[in-house]
Amino acid sequence: MSVLIFVETTEGKAKPSSLEAVGYGAKVAEMLGTSATALVLGDAQELEKLGNYGANKVLHVADSRLNTGIIQAYSNAIAQAMEKENASVLVLAKSSLADAVAARVAGRLKAGLASNVVDLPNLSNGFVVKRSIYTGKAFANTAITSEKKILAIKKNIYSVTPTSNTASVEAFTPTLNDSDFAAKITNTEKATGTISLPEANIVVSGGRGLKGPENWGIVEELAKVLGAATGCSKPVSDLHWRPHHEHVGQTGVKVSPNLYIAIGISGAIQHLAGVNSSKCIVVINSDPEAPFFQAADYGIVGDAFQVVPKIIEAAKKM
Amino acid sequence: MKILVCITHVPDTTTKIKFTPDGSKLDTTGVQFVIGPYEDYALSRAVELKEQFGATVTVLNVGTAETEPSIRKALALGCDNAIRIDAEPTDAFFVAEQIAHICKQNNYDLILMGRESIDFNGGQVHGIVGELLGIPSFSPVMKLDIEGNIAKMAREIEGGKEYLQAPLPLVLGCQEPIAEWKIPNMRGIMSAKSKPLQVIAPVNPQELTKSLSFELPPPKGACKMIPADEAEKLIELLKTEAKVL
Repeated sequence: MSVLIFVETTEGKAKPSSLEAVGYGAKVAEMLGTSATALVLGDAQELEKLGNYGANKVLHVADSRLNTGIIQAYSNAIAQAMEKENASVLVLAKSSLADAVAARVAGRLKAGLASNVVDLPNLSNGFVVKRSIYTGKAFANTAITSEKKILAIKKNIYSVTPTSNTASVEAFTPTLNDSDFAAKITNTEKATGTISLPEANIVVSGGRGLKGPENWGIVEELAKVLGAATGCSKPVSDLHWRPHHEHVGQTGVKVSPNLYIAIGISGAIQHLAGVNSSKCIVVINSDPEAPFFQAADYGIVGDAFQVVPKIIEAAKKM
Repeated sequence: MKILVCITHVPDTTTKIKFTPDGSKLDTTGVQFVIGPYEDYALSRAVELKEQFGATVTVLNVGTAETEPSIRKALALGCDNAIRIDAEPTDAFFVAEQIAHICKQNNYDLILMGRESIDFNGGQVHGIVGELLGIPSFSPVMKLDIEGNIAKMAREIEGGKEYLQAPLPLVLGCQEPIAEWKIPNMRGIMSAKSKPLQVIAPVNPQELTKSLSFELPPPKGACKMIPADEAEKLIELLKTEAKVL
């Protein structure tokens, strides 16, 4: 028996959310009295360092066809790694790719999958996980009754302190068929040089209160000073002021950063659904009646164009 | 072309969620149930493809009789016929098995659904159906065009889009802006009443997960207000009090 953790990489490096998943998976392995194996697909570096986060072993599939996230091939490789390691639990950090892959692995292995998991499992009576439901508005305590289990964890739910431990790295060659590569990725458009919104520890978002896309400079500058990602409300993305991948909310990206700063966003219930897992929420709005203040930890009623520059200046001195 | 669209019947996005006092189930008092917003996009794209290629569009829901208003709405939007699997959709694997069972009898070219239901947010039924049928699945798909036997798609990824193509048949989890939202017109609403709705008993009632209890997040403390002319103090508070900087 073991716990397998799927580690997603960008440009050959583990994503921060995947390092959190390794730490979480290692803890689950400890609770089950077994070992934790990390699985990395495609060309990657510094794999032994996954031991810093608790992995005992790293399985590496050094197949350059897996440098891009082909859903079928990834699912097949992960399912074979589960079998090889005799893994009873698979842990992944939620992402566009991991979600799609986890679902297929669940189908292939007939494994119960709990998504948006927010805490360690409770093993006192079966295998029960707490997961976020109704887009962050509530939680369910869900028992996974199948022999094999899959946990897709939300970001920022488990804190792991890196150690100096290293993991042994073992090459692994799963059997992949041509049919696994039947889907062709023809092009990828990705914002470069900016911090990924779902991965960010701090998010600065703007809403219609900013009056137009030409006014986004203060959002971007505050984000830059704080090392934050930028987001926006749905109306802003619908008006094409900002790209759809920045839309935070019920039908957009769900974030759970340490700090979420909302500028000129009134806080419709659909927007709150995308941010209510944030540890600390700051709301800046000219309307004292904006519903967002009820969900905020800190609030400033005022004109964003006067308030935000003051905050930027203070942050620069930090 | 034959298209299947699978829909959920879920509380409207504006719903204030509450549970029964023992935390065992949703308190549905005053809750308005709707077609999930992601499936609204899937339905709209299916109807657009029907207009383009003359496809037959079937709508499917796994649910009890209470979901029929949502199914009728899908028929009013332009679906040709409907199937309801008469069961509570409590587990993703169970729901996927029902869908796969229907698919095996019908050879659909496209099986569309939302990227996730907005009640349990599992986002897994499309992938499980893909595996059970042995065909590719993609999610979240925000653009879909059909050229001959090939689907050309865009999938949303962190910070951008991935363009891909794959031969039919496919299972897709859809999201905006794959199509314009449609609102049923009067002719659609009238014709929906006479379109066939088949009710079928579930197969293989096996569940892999079971939700034991539900709870709400702890109430949020009061919001600390900072005067606008002292806005710079925010940074100090975030650093020393909230400890998030």
